[in-house]
Amino acid sequence: MLRKTFESEIQQLKDDVLMLGSMVEKAVLDSVEALKKRDIKASEKLFLEDQEINKKRFAIENQLMILIATQQPMAHDLRLLASCMEIISELERMGDYAKGIANINIRMGDAPLLKPLIDVPRMAQKGADMLHRSLTAFVNEDIETAKTIPVEDDEVDALYNQVYRELMTFVIQDPTTIERANWLLWVAHNLERFADRVTNICERTVFIVTGEMKEIKSTDDEFWRNQGKGN
Amino acid sequence: MQSENNTQYAIETKDLSIFYGNFEAVKDVNLKIERQKITAIIGPSGCGKSTLLRAFNRMNDFVVTSSVKGEILMHGTNLYSRDIDPVEVRRRIGMVFQKPNPFPKSIYENISWGARINGFKGNMDDLVEQSLRGAALWEEVKDKLQESAYALSGGQQQRLCIARTIAIQPEIILMDEPASALDPISTLRIEELMQELKKNYTILIVTHNMQQAARVSDYTAMMMLYGETRSGTVIEFDDTKKIFTNPKDKRTEDYVTGRFG
Repeated sequence: MLRKTFESEIQQLKDDVLMLGSMVEKAVLDSVEALKKRDIKASEKLFLEDQEINKKRFAIENQLMILIATQQPMAHDLRLLASCMEIISELERMGDYAKGIANINIRMGDAPLLKPLIDVPRMAQKGADMLHRSLTAFVNEDIETAKTIPVEDDEVDALYNQVYRELMTFVIQDPTTIERANWLLWVAHNLERFADRVTNICERTVFIVTGEMKEIKSTDDEFWRNQGKGN
Repeated sequence: MQSENNTQYAIETKDLSIFYGNFEAVKDVNLKIERQKITAIIGPSGCGKSTLLRAFNRMNDFVVTSSVKGEILMHGTNLYSRDIDPVEVRRRIGMVFQKPNPFPKSIYENISWGARINGFKGNMDDLVEQSLRGAALWEEVKDKLQESAYALSGGQQQRLCIARTIAIQPEIILMDEPASALDPISTLRIEELMQELKKNYTILIVTHNMQQAARVSDYTAMMMLYGETRSGTVIEFDDTKKIFTNPKDKRTEDYVTGRFG
């Protein structure tokens, strides 16, 4: 086959994106686990791991630049490489959400959790699972799957809504809980954003295959409109 | 041939097939070439790109066994009608070749010769200057117009050939791999020149250099051999941006991504 070298470099690139994805997936699950256990050391370790994520992202970016410069990609190849550039930047930001959660755990110091974490780990699990499947869809260029994953974002949004309402009841009952409630809301918000970015990855997969750049509909906009309406 | 510019198309082919003896080298081509745009013809070696290009100004007439079926229409007139003079066709449709082929004469005469033969009665000095300026060569040669064209570099010679072509004021310029024998800087200079030329002329270019086609052209026609007769035909014709980012035909995709050819 012509372009054997390029083909194998593309395969390597996809493997590297998957590797970066699995680092991010692990980071988000670990960040919530550390918070749940109030394990400060584990959270500090996540700061170091985030540096590895950033390094990996830059390494892939560099590899992409070299491929673009040396292989002059066209059509599908071009869309794939351009999309990888987007996807790794999404992943890096998703890693930052995990780091943000680790940061909250560290800043909470000795203060106990306001409540045992139930929905927050669910959000993390759901987001990590969506990320995992979105990257599998990306590698396999499976647009059917890529189109369905964003719909699941509604579940994460619903969990966020639930966490929000629950924390508000704490705050109303006892205003001294404001700071601790705020920390947890911040965590939940990071996880909500984490899942949103999975949608962007799915959109890129659709673009790679079809060449069409468009948003995959989720009910996200509606969710934000309803925020603060007390529902 | 009338010369009213009443359509957006400079030239079009209708069910055009080109034969060498019994062999159908190019089959059933239907193309509409837009005026004052650059149209690139790409495709693997031997797929009939140059044959098609040469049909536009009847250069294939020089191959005794060649014949055409179908029509090439310019201003509604079939260029292959019996009453059409091929010399007039070549005046209206100029051509630039792969290897620069200046005449073994002075720079000045390279420009003036064709114009004189075509009955040019105006100020020859002005025409030479205009043509050389049009080909972005004037500044480099204005002080040595009487020197041999052979003293110029390859890139300069190619621009001289372009100047020679535009001196006759054609409507369409055909370019067959015009930069493939040139170094990268001369190549870019020709490409820049093409962008200037398209303000006044319609350009058709055959190129093997995919990046070049992507850079310079507005439209791209992808040709390939197909069928039992192994005849060349246009399998996809579209906006250049589409051809190189999201072609419709899998074979075009394979060709522009370098997986076939």
